[in-house]
Amino acid sequence: MPTARYTFPHKHLLGIEPLSARDITALLDQARAFEEVCERPDIKIVPALRKKLVVNLFFENSTRTRNSFEIAEKRLSAEIINFDADTSSLNKGETLVDTALNLEAMHPDLIVMRHSAPGAHALLARHMKASIVNAGDGAHEHPTQALLDAYTLRKKLGQLQGLRVAIVGDIRNSRVVRSNLWLLTKMGAKVTLVGPPTLVPREMQATWPSVDISYDLDAVLPQQDVVMMLRAQFERGTGAYIPGQGEYSRYYQLNRERMARARKDVVVLHPGPINRGLEITSEVADGPNNLILDQVTNGVPVRMAVLYLLSHPHGEQVP
Amino acid sequence: MPAAPGSCPMDSGQMEAVLRRLAGELMAQLRPGEEVVLLGIRSRGLPLAERLGAMVRQATGGPVPVGALDITLYRDDLTEMVGSPIVRPTEIPFTLKDRTVVLVDDVLFTGRTVRAALDALLDHGRPHRVLLLVLADRGGRELPIQADFAGVTLAVAAGERVAVRVSEIDGEDRVTVEAC
Repeated sequence: MPTARYTFPHKHLLGIEPLSARDITALLDQARAFEEVCERPDIKIVPALRKKLVVNLFFENSTRTRNSFEIAEKRLSAEIINFDADTSSLNKGETLVDTALNLEAMHPDLIVMRHSAPGAHALLARHMKASIVNAGDGAHEHPTQALLDAYTLRKKLGQLQGLRVAIVGDIRNSRVVRSNLWLLTKMGAKVTLVGPPTLVPREMQATWPSVDISYDLDAVLPQQDVVMMLRAQFERGTGAYIPGQGEYSRYYQLNRERMARARKDVVVLHPGPINRGLEITSEVADGPNNLILDQVTNGVPVRMAVLYLLSHPHGEQVP
Repeated sequence: MPAAPGSCPMDSGQMEAVLRRLAGELMAQLRPGEEVVLLGIRSRGLPLAERLGAMVRQATGGPVPVGALDITLYRDDLTEMVGSPIVRPTEIPFTLKDRTVVLVDDVLFTGRTVRAALDALLDHGRPHRVLLLVLADRGGRELPIQADFAGVTLAVAAGERVAVRVSEIDGEDRVTVEAC
């Protein structure tokens, strides 16, 4: 039993960086209660966010994150507005603030936003009374992805402390990596970043000193409990850093031959969408070690937990 | 019985005897063929439900499933609360459809927890009927709800609190009346 009464101290979820290990544990524990709601045979809805207005504000394309948030909001009985942001007519800076002020006039309680500019959420948080949930900001953070990854791993492997996790691919351009690095290092996992030198910036060790860097997937694979494959993001510029997709696949693709070097019970994660045949083969992506669809399933209770914990006014506010 | 602050209406041995009596009263109420399940309201209703379940199983030889109900998300004051209270999982790994559900809680006071529990359990299925069993009924109802089985009925003033301690959570079995 907890000795002191714990309440989640944050008003916003701008990233994993501001969270403590205790906050992360509370979020994951809370998601467990919401997983039960999602697994009910009949009524998968609870009245937790009744009378609360949630605005989904997506300035960047997203299918699974947006759907996942919307399902989470519906299962919490929230009122929902989907704000279709026309990316071409909006720039960062003043126009975003103007958008925020217009939204503020509708008195939303929570805003779930995806934006291409790192820090856009922090800007919004300064101008609005609502709680801001970061659903991805540029290459900065994607906190709910890291939380659902952690939830998936904790459910399968028991705990995060001491887990050896290799994150493989386009480390440079990935917000998923940054959120996962904060989360996994705060929770005591041992992370190795793997990819071609041009895609794995050495400077990351200045921020996360406990993290190892390797350019040789075959060498590090046998020691890992978890392999988190990243999407090669050609729309975000991965291509500019590598000679070609063929060479990338030759050294960093997770395929059957490479899997033979890994532990038999290694867990394979991928945040999606998958480039089949590029960073991972279908055989591995659909194989017995993958938890890729579990990640998608777990996204809903994890986001329910985030929305629920942010939905109440806070005594003492921490950003 | 009137209960003054500092009094101890139930100690460990008495709690055991009261639960045995409640289990007996419950069995006497059941009709032939009625399938009974117990739902303990978290926190302290759950260990009480587990103990009662074991007693009824022992006496009848029949299966008596016991589940856990967390009513936090169904509270009528949830939106007014400062800070989100942590929700623990509801665990009902069996059907409630056409079953006789016995809600078990430690103290019956305003009735608001029981109102929330009724909403919560109805989301899990439509039972044949629902009965309410509490260890202590302290009066002070704010909703038209009453217990079908009460271990002890106490007259407690509004400013006082009935504290139930159970060995599974608190290391001892005890009911005391405390000043708030």
